[in-house]
Amino acid sequence: MSNPLISARGLTKKFGDFTAVNGIDFDVYKGESFGFLGPNGAGKSTAMRIIGATSQRTSGTISILGKDPELHGPQIRAHLGVVPQQDNLDMQLSVAENLYIYGRYFGLSRKFVKGKVDELLAFAQLEEKRDAKVENLSGGMKRRLTIARALVSEPEILMLDEPTTGLDPQARHILWDRLFRLKEQGVTLLITTHFMDEAEQLCDRLIVMDKGSIMAEGSPASLIKNYATKEVLEIRFGSDRNQEMGAKLRTMCERIEELPDRVLMYTEDGEALLEKIYAADFHPKTSLVRRSSLEDVFLRLTGRTLIE
Amino acid sequence: MSLTQIRQGSLVLVDAARVQSRGALYVAQARIRQMMKWIWLILGIAIANPILYLISVGIGLGGLIDKSVGPAGVDGVKYLTFLAPALLAQAAIQGTMDETVFPTIEGFKWHKTFYSMNSTPLSGVQISYGVFLTALFRAFYTVVLYFGVMWAFGALESPRAWLAIPTAVFAGASFGALMQALAARLEDENIFFVVLGRFVMMPLFMFSGTFFPLTSMPFFLQWIGWISPLWHATELGRHLTYGHAISPTMLWVHFIFLGVMLVVGLFFSARIFTKRLAK
Repeated sequence: MSNPLISARGLTKKFGDFTAVNGIDFDVYKGESFGFLGPNGAGKSTAMRIIGATSQRTSGTISILGKDPELHGPQIRAHLGVVPQQDNLDMQLSVAENLYIYGRYFGLSRKFVKGKVDELLAFAQLEEKRDAKVENLSGGMKRRLTIARALVSEPEILMLDEPTTGLDPQARHILWDRLFRLKEQGVTLLITTHFMDEAEQLCDRLIVMDKGSIMAEGSPASLIKNYATKEVLEIRFGSDRNQEMGAKLRTMCERIEELPDRVLMYTEDGEALLEKIYAADFHPKTSLVRRSSLEDVFLRLTGRTLIE
Repeated sequence: MSLTQIRQGSLVLVDAARVQSRGALYVAQARIRQMMKWIWLILGIAIANPILYLISVGIGLGGLIDKSVGPAGVDGVKYLTFLAPALLAQAAIQGTMDETVFPTIEGFKWHKTFYSMNSTPLSGVQISYGVFLTALFRAFYTVVLYFGVMWAFGALESPRAWLAIPTAVFAGASFGALMQALAARLEDENIFFVVLGRFVMMPLFMFSGTFFPLTSMPFFLQWIGWISPLWHATELGRHLTYGHAISPTMLWVHFIFLGVMLVVGLFFSARIFTKRLAK
């Protein structure tokens, strides 16, 4: 493989006594879609701000496009498109004006930016809102506008911090579709998320983070293969009995997790396991067989669920 | 419905060196675009303010004062002429304050727009200077309008009176730079506004020799004037609009005071912006 666009070794960030990012190593290559998966407070956003060359690391090394962000912040930021967790659009200005002024911040010519604004409005499906004040847009529209804004300079790397948090399912799917298109064009994507379905959909490769450290790294498929079984059987006996029943069923599968609301049984064949359970005269109130997901990987690695 | 143009990529399109030299202007352009949303209100206030003040205090109260003082006048001139340069400087100070304090709090806290600017090649220093430049622009046209009204009221006596425009803007710049630095440090703006309005702006306006010569105040209150950019600018303005006597030493003192305040304000503003953005 060629040289990585981003390369970090022992990257650490402390705020006083609190270690937000604790000595992480990773490489991101051109054209790939790289994810940081972890619960809130895992250190994902802090890592993103360091990569975004706005926050300085405490120790370790990092190189972005071959440069050190501590020394070449503006030169690095010239080639990044940043979508922060909270939309920080200019509320007083119109949709088109937001795109325009942002393009100008990159020193792009008026003529180029004007053409780009039309193109991005179409991309974000906001053509009809061109002259609307940003204040009056829906959450999904604001998010699409923030992403469109990040693309005005045709960045080498697009960084998205929790791109779909707070959006309804339909708005999420529209956004995912837009991100797929960018990926097809060869834009390198960097995504943080605490949604495992988002990570599975969008990321070629990801690191699972918890409490500032990397727990595992790989493609979604390889992580699932390494840290979970092919299928999961989810059964419920009622919240007061899940724990007790879990203990009894433990020997019937490879691994079992007793959550307050349900029991997860890891197995290669969920249906067969369910039949065995019925045959053994257990009667769960509900049952569901599904494919293992990154949620299960996280549970295995940390003993906790992603969304708590 | 896709990115139709051929993608050139930021490596071709973006020239970081260009942003390095012009970044503050890009910020100012965006700020002015915002200002234009309110421009009629700003211009309305900029014109109504001097008219109201000059009629009520300058002519109304001034008429009484002129009668009781007699032909010697206040500082040798009509009260209106005496008052007008102080109000001119006050207008500049108010203009820069509005255009530094509110955008700074908005940028860091209310809408976090400074963080979005800082995710481009723009630096904290450039964002700080850009906001400041915009405030300077607003102070300039506010003062020019004010000056026009003063002229219409016949409050200008000296042919070089127009030089009071740059000195008033200078005072606005000095005060605005300091206020911008302060606003950038704020975590909780509510108390700040109460303190600023009642314990800074109000005494500054009342006790800077605005309505009467500073020397007619008790000596133990005169220090308010000495540390007030308004007093320094008022002295300069009076000197320029009607020939109020200032010794060459004091002339230097006024300029140096305002100059130091400006440099200190800009320095800390740039520094605090940079630090807060990198937090």
